[in-house]
Amino acid sequence: MKELEIGCGKPTGSQVGEAEKEEKPMEKSKNKKEKIMASVSVGTKAPDFEAPAYQDGSFGQIKLSDYLGKWVVICFYPGDFTFV
Amino acid sequence: MAAVATKYEDLKKLDVEVLSISVDSHFVHKIWQEEELSKMVKGGVPFPMLSDAGGKIGSVYGVYNEAGGVNTRGRFIIDPDGVIQAIEILTPPVGRNVSELFRQIQAFQLVRKSKGSEATPSGWQPGKPTLKPGPDLVGKVWKEWKTDLAF
Repeated sequence: MKELEIGCGKPTGSQVGEAEKEEKPMEKSKNKKEKIMASVSVGTKAPDFEAPAYQDGSFGQIKLSDYLGKWVVICFYPGDFTFV
Repeated sequence: MAAVATKYEDLKKLDVEVLSISVDSHFVHKIWQEEELSKMVKGGVPFPMLSDAGGKIGSVYGVYNEAGGVNTRGRFIIDPDGVIQAIEILTPPVGRNVSELFRQIQAFQLVRKSKGSEATPSGWQPGKPTLKPGPDLVGKVWKEWKTDLAF
């Protein structure tokens, strides 16, 4: 796990390459809709992402594409301290 | 989460890595681990717990619930090429089944190893027969496979 610098700011996860995406003003509303509709399906490439993480007493930065060559299970869940 | 953590060593044996993601910060993950998870699972959750505040990752994966501001229960199996092989999405009150996760991973690994020459029918478990798709099998599955094999 790549070491994460601990500051007072709260970094969070995002899709890799998201910031580079260019948006033409004319197509903005269309793009916005697409963004909300954006979803993944089986048989397609898993969108790459990077996010801060906690593991074994330390904080680090995790990138999905670093796991190429291995099987990966991603588990989304509603929140810490929930009941199920 | 705790259930997956308990079986983590077995998942590693299958060359599987686990990443959990919620909208909580990594700081909250740490406290949850210390206060609760470490008491449910010996040694606590061993895999990375990722922070997706704002649900940016969840949105891309189609599991972010904007009204609730949280990610729905969604589980994705990704193969070594980075291709999504399975998706399971549940509403919050119902938990997942780790045994089914193992079954699916073993099935996908078998299919991958066979380079697609074998397929696993409904209810397949390791050790149970697979099907070999091809012209000879068309209309003849009934000969090769009985429904009681599914249970």
